Amino acid sequence: MEPIRKHKGLVYPINRSNIDTDQIIPKQFLKRIERQGFGQFLFYNWRFDDDGNERSDFSLNDTKYDGASILVAGENFGCGSSREHAPWALQDYGFKVIIASSFADIFYNNCVKNGILPIQLTEEQTSELVKKAEGEPFTLSVDLENQVVFDDAGFEASFEIINYLREMLLNGWDEIAVTLTHEDKISTFENTKA
Amino acid sequence: MSKPKTIIDKIWDRHVVHKEENKPDLIYIDLQLVHEVTSPQAFEGLRMKGRRVRRPDRTFATMDHNVPTIARHIINDPISKKQMETLQKNCEEFEVPLADINHPDQGIVHVIGPELGLTQPGKTIVCGDSHTSTHGAFGALAFGIGTSEVEHVLATQTLWQAPPKTMNVKVNGRLSPAITAKDLILAIIAKFGVRFGTGYVLEYTGEAIRDLSMEQRMTICNMSIEAGARAGLISPDETTFNYLKGRRHVPKDEEFDQAVAEWSALATDAEATYDAMVEIDANEVEPQVTWGTNPSMCIPVSATIPAPESAKTDASKEEIERALEYMGLEANKPISSVTIEHVFIGSCTNSRISDLRRAAKVVEGKTVHTGVRAMVVPGSQSVKLVAESEGLDKVFTEAGFEWRDAGCSMCLAMNDDIVPPGERCASTSNRNFEGRQGNGARTHLVSPEMAAAAAIEGRFVDVRTYLTTPV
Repeated sequence: MEPIRKHKGLVYPINRSNIDTDQIIPKQFLKRIERQGFGQFLFYNWRFDDDGNERSDFSLNDTKYDGASILVAGENFGCGSSREHAPWALQDYGFKVIIASSFADIFYNNCVKNGILPIQLTEEQTSELVKKAEGEPFTLSVDLENQVVFDDAGFEASFEIINYLREMLLNGWDEIAVTLTHEDKISTFENTKA
Repeated sequence: MSKPKTIIDKIWDRHVVHKEENKPDLIYIDLQLVHEVTSPQAFEGLRMKGRRVRRPDRTFATMDHNVPTIARHIINDPISKKQMETLQKNCEEFEVPLADINHPDQGIVHVIGPELGLTQPGKTIVCGDSHTSTHGAFGALAFGIGTSEVEHVLATQTLWQAPPKTMNVKVNGRLSPAITAKDLILAIIAKFGVRFGTGYVLEYTGEAIRDLSMEQRMTICNMSIEAGARAGLISPDETTFNYLKGRRHVPKDEEFDQAVAEWSALATDAEATYDAMVEIDANEVEPQVTWGTNPSMCIPVSATIPAPESAKTDASKEEIERALEYMGLEANKPISSVTIEHVFIGSCTNSRISDLRRAAKVVEGKTVHTGVRAMVVPGSQSVKLVAESEGLDKVFTEAGFEWRDAGCSMCLAMNDDIVPPGERCASTSNRNFEGRQGNGARTHLVSPEMAAAAAIEGRFVDVRTYLTTPV
């Protein structure tokens, strides 16, 4: 997993709540056995019409968001299915940071395990960012070490993340290797309690 | 005396392998269930690092999401076929037991776990599937995980997890006759929204919950994730023990009695406190129908479709407008005036034998409405066999239903069981998201009885007035 410490990037806003993982990546694309290559299917039914042409009414197709790496959305982002294909698709498309006013639990975890930084801000703050990013191309900076998000025009917001996940993102840990350092405890548990 | 505890705290405390300050707990996982869609990348991860499956004996796999439910020896889609072959190969290589497509135990992972007695009170159970919450019906702590965590559990049989917050979902009073667990859980989500459970493990309590059969309890816990909760559970009792007795993986004879004593002690202590509580009156619950694109967009069958102006906190005016547009519905019209083209009875929410029995009772001697395609997909091959031994297949097929083999089928339409764009389906599944049953498909979530009645009438009807005898 790639570590993430600081990131500056173009913001793509999607002003909706309860965006479920079925929308992020529809089921017909879950049949692949690889981790890579899901970006082309991101938001597929919103991005493309029945003939596979780009829909002009879906903002991600607007060229002004080409190269966006920070996505901002409303509440309960990533609800529904536990499919890790959702963060894989977001990452493969180029997103490194997801900002939302709240996240679904499984999705949040899945992001961290892939080195995507999920940031929860208040509804007021996400609305402000959405508004800014809907206008002229808007760039945001994220500093995970100091747990702060800021732009060049005075916006600044701090965010919470539990220390363990923060460390994992900062260091790009292989979590299984970390856990296996506790192998003796797992064996003891199995021999006495399991 | 020690501090009174909830069942959630008791299970947690018994599974902590390692505790450290400023870190989540490392907890032991008793059972991991595996299916073909969320596991290939996990097995590949093990292979790349030269790791093994730590406890194949605590792992059980099946094929459900992709499997055809008709002519199942022919898998038309080469990518689906490859995914299933990959699971087969992985299970052979890593020595994981597998109920493959030809196995008599094959079925939806959340149907067969309980059926085989793998699911037991007090266990920690995970699966790369959000509806793993189903197993909470037995008083197990069961939750869905992503593929990275699937790999982590395969390799270590543990997970790093912060202790969950607890919420009591208290159901007061009793359900009226003909009101099902599906109506109750839909009413709970309609009342409190799709995110009230986020960050919590729910415990369902109260007389109405105690009255439910095990299969109805599974329906309730199954949809905990639609309220945002990774897990939802019910303290085990005699209903639980009676269901488990004699099942293949459940202890036998004296060991069973000993297990029952241990399981009984898991129930939440009388004085235990939760981090949060919500309450609902069971006697106010009517048969439910969802009208929108998430499960909280749900109304009683007697009600009219909401108008955007009626927006509450959980769904904004814009969200209601958007949902009405997607669903092709007009505000303020009675939901009972909405006609349907498809009926799907199946999924990990409602495909067990009692679900099929209750639906068959509604259907018996009647005919599926002209222009409606209706399908019954049993949750497992053994549910199918039992249903056939009782003649339920005949009841359904004589009425004009299709009778299929077991799988997830039209709940998520990963196989060929798809609702075409713009068409409408009365479905006993758990998600009415945009495109869930097919691109552009319009899903209305209901109970098996309501789905059966909709198949006969071609529209939503109040099953209570429809039935001459109580189900």
